[in-house]
Amino acid sequence: MSISEQDLARVAELARIRVDDATVADVTRRIRDILAMIDQMQAVDTDHVLPMANPLDATQRLRDDEVTETDQRERFLAIAPATEEGLYLVPRVIE
Amino acid sequence: MHDLSLHAIRDALARREFSAAEITAHFLARIERLNPTLNAYITVDPEAALAAARRADAQRARGEGGPLCGVPIAHKDIFCTDGMRTTCGSRMLDNFVPPYDAAVVERLAAAGCVTLGKTNMDEFAMGSSNETSYYGPVRNPWDTGRVPGGSSGGSAAAVAARLTPVATATDTGGSIRQPAALCGLTGLKPTYGRVSRHGMIAFASSLDQGGPMARSAADAALLLNHMAGFDTRDSTSIDAPVPDYCAGLDADLHGLRIGLPREYFDAALEPGTERAVRAGLAELERLGARLQEISLPHAPLSVPAYYVIAPAECSTNLSRYDGVRYGYRCADPADLQDMYARSRAEAFGDEVKRRILVGTYALSAGYYDAYYRKAQKIRRLIAEDFRAAFREVDVIASPASPSPAFRFGEKSADPITMYLEDIYTIAANLAGVPALSMPGGLVDGLPVGIQLIGNHLQEARLLNVAHRFQQATDWHLRRPAGIA
Repeated sequence: MSISEQDLARVAELARIRVDDATVADVTRRIRDILAMIDQMQAVDTDHVLPMANPLDATQRLRDDEVTETDQRERFLAIAPATEEGLYLVPRVIE
Repeated sequence: MHDLSLHAIRDALARREFSAAEITAHFLARIERLNPTLNAYITVDPEAALAAARRADAQRARGEGGPLCGVPIAHKDIFCTDGMRTTCGSRMLDNFVPPYDAAVVERLAAAGCVTLGKTNMDEFAMGSSNETSYYGPVRNPWDTGRVPGGSSGGSAAAVAARLTPVATATDTGGSIRQPAALCGLTGLKPTYGRVSRHGMIAFASSLDQGGPMARSAADAALLLNHMAGFDTRDSTSIDAPVPDYCAGLDADLHGLRIGLPREYFDAALEPGTERAVRAGLAELERLGARLQEISLPHAPLSVPAYYVIAPAECSTNLSRYDGVRYGYRCADPADLQDMYARSRAEAFGDEVKRRILVGTYALSAGYYDAYYRKAQKIRRLIAEDFRAAFREVDVIASPASPSPAFRFGEKSADPITMYLEDIYTIAANLAGVPALSMPGGLVDGLPVGIQLIGNHLQEARLLNVAHRFQQATDWHLRRPAGIA
């Protein structure tokens, strides 16, 4: 499988990363090389192998639904790029 | 004072031979003198360190204080430190001051450790040379024209240059072991889940694991004693008792079965490195171990599988950097989408962006089965190779990296050349098994690392083998030339 510059543009949009027109060819070429290396995987038959998500095959631990965190709203807001009256500010979304 | 081991510093502090304030001031002075050359630390806060040291001294005077009361330490800048800037080597977090401590930082502070500062690293731990750091590359104390390895290159250079007795580090595909090898140190990646990931900035969550970087196996064992343990805040933390890793260090090696995977003595291994590793293995044989060749047939697929799984998980984890709640935000965004896309384009470096793009592609509709699911299946084959091997042998030994420290720029032009730096280390992360690198010799004046891999939760056995080796050899006592 090879990746085109159009594919790269779509992936960059999905990843929310601006890729300049000037660098798109170079970025695509690098990623194509990496995907070619990754394609070594396709030589192995894995039809009857179960995918492994956790190296210890552990499953999600559950706990009781109880409060474990304290309110630190002021500290968390203090490190944000822009806040106002206890809210995070972002550019206008709805005109 | 800076040549003392962690054990020796702990004991000298207990005997009041010097105070925590004195030894902290000593290391801070060395950092001030040598860090401009080495660039091992990103952030040092001398006043905070001295204040913590004085508190430790006061605690000791009252007969209080933890087992490592007053011992200086450095933390990789991937571990959140409450009130102290934590950058993860990225412009994205250049201004990030965490509102909480990582579990590892919390545990070591509870044990009494004094934080000297935060060590440099490849951006978001993605790299094997420390050349991707936004804060510039770290220089290897053994030869300042060469890389220290990565991603924990700052921790490795700081320990090797005696700018701290020990340091914390993390390993997703070799990021503790490869810099330990290139800087002549003992670095251990524990079993996945042995050390809490709470507050450790996430790269690839099914692979990431914190561990100790030290000059000897005995010091690594002591540090691990105070890092490991169950933590409900990490959903993949192992709920198993933590042994005293120092207790079994001296155990005899007679009858120990060591497997040498033929796939790890391949064409990529430089002849000088192979000679040094084989000489080290012969020493283990003299100590009573029995060497036998084994096979990990799927090991050659670990790099391709890793470069699907790690980027996929990184693309997910790093989606949190959106310029809203913390971290970098671009100037004058036109709209919300522009803010996301431009903040991320401006604040992530090339390698981080590349991996996010590869991961996004591998997880996107139509490609998921061919890439991500396929890689997860190969991951199981690799894990099963280890399971089979550990029915025949107790420990697996190999080179930690294909060559000693390389020059700046030598491998950074081509990402895949850099990825192959981790060919011997990645499989242990995929299988979740513990592995360490210990100094095994010198080639042209540069350290060579021997990797020891154990079965799940066999950290104590690996440290025992490394310690016995270090009782019989002096490679771990060699010091970088020019670092007085």
